[in-house]
Amino acid sequence: MRYGQIMFEFFKYRGLEEKLCYSSVSISLIFLSAFLTALNVFNRIGKFAGAGSLIPITGFANSIVSPAMEYKSEGYVMGVGAKMFTVAGPVLVYGISTSIIVGLIYMLFNTQAITLV
Amino acid sequence: MKKVGKQTFMLTNPVNITSTACIVGPKEKDGPLHKYFDQTLEDEFWGESTWEKAESKIIKETVATALAKSGIASADIDFCFAGDLLNQCISSSFGLRDANIPFFGVFGACSTFVESAILASMSIDGGFATNAICASSSHFCSAEKQFRFPLELGNQRPPTSQWTVTGAGSMILSKTGQGPFITSITPGKIVDMGIKDANNMGGAMAGAAEDTIIRHFEDTGRTPDYYDAIFTGDLGYIGKDILIDLVKSHGYNIKNNYNDCGVLIFDKDKQDTHSGGSGCGCIASVFSGYIFNQLQYKKLNKVLLVATGALMNATSSQQGESIPGIAHAISIEL
Repeated sequence: MRYGQIMFEFFKYRGLEEKLCYSSVSISLIFLSAFLTALNVFNRIGKFAGAGSLIPITGFANSIVSPAMEYKSEGYVMGVGAKMFTVAGPVLVYGISTSIIVGLIYMLFNTQAITLV
Repeated sequence: MKKVGKQTFMLTNPVNITSTACIVGPKEKDGPLHKYFDQTLEDEFWGESTWEKAESKIIKETVATALAKSGIASADIDFCFAGDLLNQCISSSFGLRDANIPFFGVFGACSTFVESAILASMSIDGGFATNAICASSSHFCSAEKQFRFPLELGNQRPPTSQWTVTGAGSMILSKTGQGPFITSITPGKIVDMGIKDANNMGGAMAGAAEDTIIRHFEDTGRTPDYYDAIFTGDLGYIGKDILIDLVKSHGYNIKNNYNDCGVLIFDKDKQDTHSGGSGCGCIASVFSGYIFNQLQYKKLNKVLLVATGALMNATSSQQGESIPGIAHAISIEL
């Protein structure tokens, strides 16, 4: 992520601790993705850049903001609220499930990890 | 009405097409057929708060325009046959709820326009009606919302996908008039080619178009040369090529005088529409605008209009069902 690196250097230059710079870059990318989605620009970037624009957090932000915008006409509860996760929902379910399974395997085969925790 | 062969009916009194009208959206306005449309919109909302309302307004105004052009009072229209792609056909029923004309909601997916024309022709030739309206509409945004992903999602469209037309077309059919006339009808059977990819509807519908076109030729004894032009709607580029090959395997060559409304309405290279246009509004607006104009100015004298529909919905696709196709044909002559 070249742009991420530019952001990182920028935050570092402004005097942020290195650890905080990483989180700030992620937060900025999420914001930018959501903002560009709202401006109807992100889908054009996505068409050109494909997976490069979608993985991981920018695409995730886009997948939540886009249905929220689309279903606003059905109200804030059954529209925005209910439909916001139609695209991101499966990613969350299977992403979290996979991380739990991987975590369990890790715990079983790496006893050192438990003592560390 | 006289039945010939298995599936074709020759109208005893050919039904007159009194007037047509079409209104389309901004992308269609930028397409090659822009000068044939009655009205083009600057944006997808047309002053309404939702896409669904905009689509209703499009079909309402299209019907009003067709009525105005025909000079027939709405009180003299006996039936209205109309449909669209949205669940329970709300665009047509909401758009025409104030029209005060006996209404039949029709669903044949993208074949709705010709299906409506067949029903209207039957009711006029059968003596039930003097004048009838047919109309159908589709809207890119409302269709994407219902069938696919949110518009702002940064996904990529496969090359086989088609672009739903924002627009509506309507025509007024009458017992008498100067023509052009609907002279025969060939209602189609449901044909399932086993294709499950909702992004390849042209391929899924080509078999149905083949079935109906071959049926029409065999029933009437006509060959492709009988017609100045054969139009399908909307197989797109991929479905069009498949259909030419499928029809050829029966010994008929339609390559020289055949085209598809989904191919005609957009400029594939400039407008990034992949396999072409689709939706109830595609053949409806292309016929009501471009093809009817060609008939009026006698550039075309005999036309076979074949509308194809993919009879699926979002749930059936998700459940892994294949896509049943249908095609209805009418012949229009001067």
